[in-house]
Amino acid sequence: MSSLHKSPWLLHYDGSSCNGCDIEVLACTTPVYDVERFGVINTGNPMHADIFLITGGINSQNEQVVKQIYEQMPKPKVVIAVGTCACTGGIFKECYNIKGGADTVIPVDIYVPGCAARPESIIDGVVKGVALFEEKAKAFSLEKKSKKG
Amino acid sequence: MPKKSVVPFGPQHPVLPEPIHLDLVLEDEKVLQAIPSIGYIHRGLESLVTKKDFQEMAYVAERICGICSFGHGMGYCMTIEEIMQLEVPRRAEYLRTIWMEMSRLHSHLLWLGLLADGFGFEPLFMHSWRLREQILDMFEESTGGRVIFSVNQIGGVKKDMSKEMLADFQKRFDQIEKEVREMTQVFLEDYTVRTRLEGIGILTEEDAIRRGAAGPMARASGIAVDMRKQGYAAYNDMDFEVITSDKCDSYGRCEVRIGEIFQSFDIIRQCIAKIPDTELNVPVKGNPTKGEAFVRLEQPRGEAFYYSRTNGTKFLDRMRVRTPTFANLPALTQTLQGCQYGDVPLLILTIDPCISCTER
Amino acid sequence: MEEIQKDIYKIEKVDLLPIIMEKKNNLWRLCQICCAFVDGEYEVTYSFASGYEIDNYRLVVGKDEQVPSISRVYNSAIYYENEMHELFGLNVEQIKVDFHDKLYRIEETAPFMKKEEEENA
Repeated sequence: MSSLHKSPWLLHYDGSSCNGCDIEVLACTTPVYDVERFGVINTGNPMHADIFLITGGINSQNEQVVKQIYEQMPKPKVVIAVGTCACTGGIFKECYNIKGGADTVIPVDIYVPGCAARPESIIDGVVKGVALFEEKAKAFSLEKKSKKG
Repeated sequence: MPKKSVVPFGPQHPVLPEPIHLDLVLEDEKVLQAIPSIGYIHRGLESLVTKKDFQEMAYVAERICGICSFGHGMGYCMTIEEIMQLEVPRRAEYLRTIWMEMSRLHSHLLWLGLLADGFGFEPLFMHSWRLREQILDMFEESTGGRVIFSVNQIGGVKKDMSKEMLADFQKRFDQIEKEVREMTQVFLEDYTVRTRLEGIGILTEEDAIRRGAAGPMARASGIAVDMRKQGYAAYNDMDFEVITSDKCDSYGRCEVRIGEIFQSFDIIRQCIAKIPDTELNVPVKGNPTKGEAFVRLEQPRGEAFYYSRTNGTKFLDRMRVRTPTFANLPALTQTLQGCQYGDVPLLILTIDPCISCTER
Repeated sequence: MEEIQKDIYKIEKVDLLPIIMEKKNNLWRLCQICCAFVDGEYEVTYSFASGYEIDNYRLVVGKDEQVPSISRVYNSAIYYENEMHELFGLNVEQIKVDFHDKLYRIEETAPFMKKEEEENA
């Protein structure tokens, strides 16, 4: 378990965002901001992922997709809501097709506000996420041990 | 007899930064038909006109998409300015033109990066995004935002660029241009890149018209249509040619976009040299009068259509945006027919899809 | 055909298909179709472009009337017509590929008509 939190893998899913936050998330992985220096690798497969970055609000069609991705991720997992839309619904909250933030369907651990969230604050969120992931991983391995014992 | 099978593609997929779903009907490796299904990002922001007034809608319009955000805000403001018959000061028009071209620069660099990622050329992806960050830095210095700027308002712009700032920007643009020129050589001449692009995803001129393709997609099929030639904002003072390619394939689309990058550098250079010294905006008095207006803009992804209808109150009756990706969807299904399964991600990328624009 | 504003022409339903055919034969491309619900009537605007020229044709129809589909002439109209039906509840006759309100897959029916219902209530 100890190696996991030194290199957590990241999965990004775009809810119904305006694309601004997604591009910033992607920008985090490129040379100027480079989250890979914290050992974070961007992956496309939910089954490989430890940290789930979600941008944008939830609408009626992507609700199932988000739930499914969350369930496919192995335990322990950390969810980070990036951007105001993912936190609360943001400017689109009053739209007929928006249900609200990401926490309306899945439990969210860390909220990163901003419209659009800046790469610095996204990295901040990810670093916090890594720390939380470490805690969760410890609790999870204790739980497993007690089950065995 | 090969068997037909249907393979779902997306919405969550490694090459797609945004969710779109395609049902691909395959015969072995060959795609027979592609059926797109959208709606994963549909918010219904056009319906916000009943809740936000015409001034606030400028911010909503900007959030249609985080890549072409400046153009969307500008397009919406232009419709209301036309209805209210406001004359935007020249300096504001020039500043809008500069920001619009900077948007085109960062959008095309972003696309080049994603394309490189699509055909598995990771260093080229990182390189384009590194150059793009420098454009974003300039955006941040001049507007305060990296992707959402909120500098457009009805009647003009909110922020100015000082003489020193413009001179400094010019120096930086020259430097970036040099680096981009070096990098784009790889896209245009490298053997491995060319094998992935040439002859893939043919869209003939006739098909492009029939399917209503817009922007670089149409220009790569030899149709010389560039909405900037209509002469809105400060484009009537600019000297530029429409860039087209007659290759009709993915390589042609790449060539057109690269040509447009250098064209944008050139337009910005002309703007900085000619920018007049006037007010930044005209005051807006009262509500817009009853009327309707439509505006066509050239966004980085192609022709965008804005329509506003006012009724004399502060709320609009209808605001409509037809974005370039929506117009290019039928062209995408056309190019996907008959391609290899392995080329599907690349072909989706060549229309430069912006799904949040499409679904609004 | 009456010009209401620059480049916007008001047409009758019977004129629609002849106009569309003429545009198609002259190689104009379909720019967009826009639907608006104003004063109890639908306004459907068809925009065609050729180079930098643009022509808009406006069809005004009542709430329960039907509009002929142009998707058999212009293939790309499929998406616009499905969108109009899904968001406004406008009846479009025989769309070539009918998504049956499943283009955006929203839960509400005709959300853009909501304002009208609130006013009537």
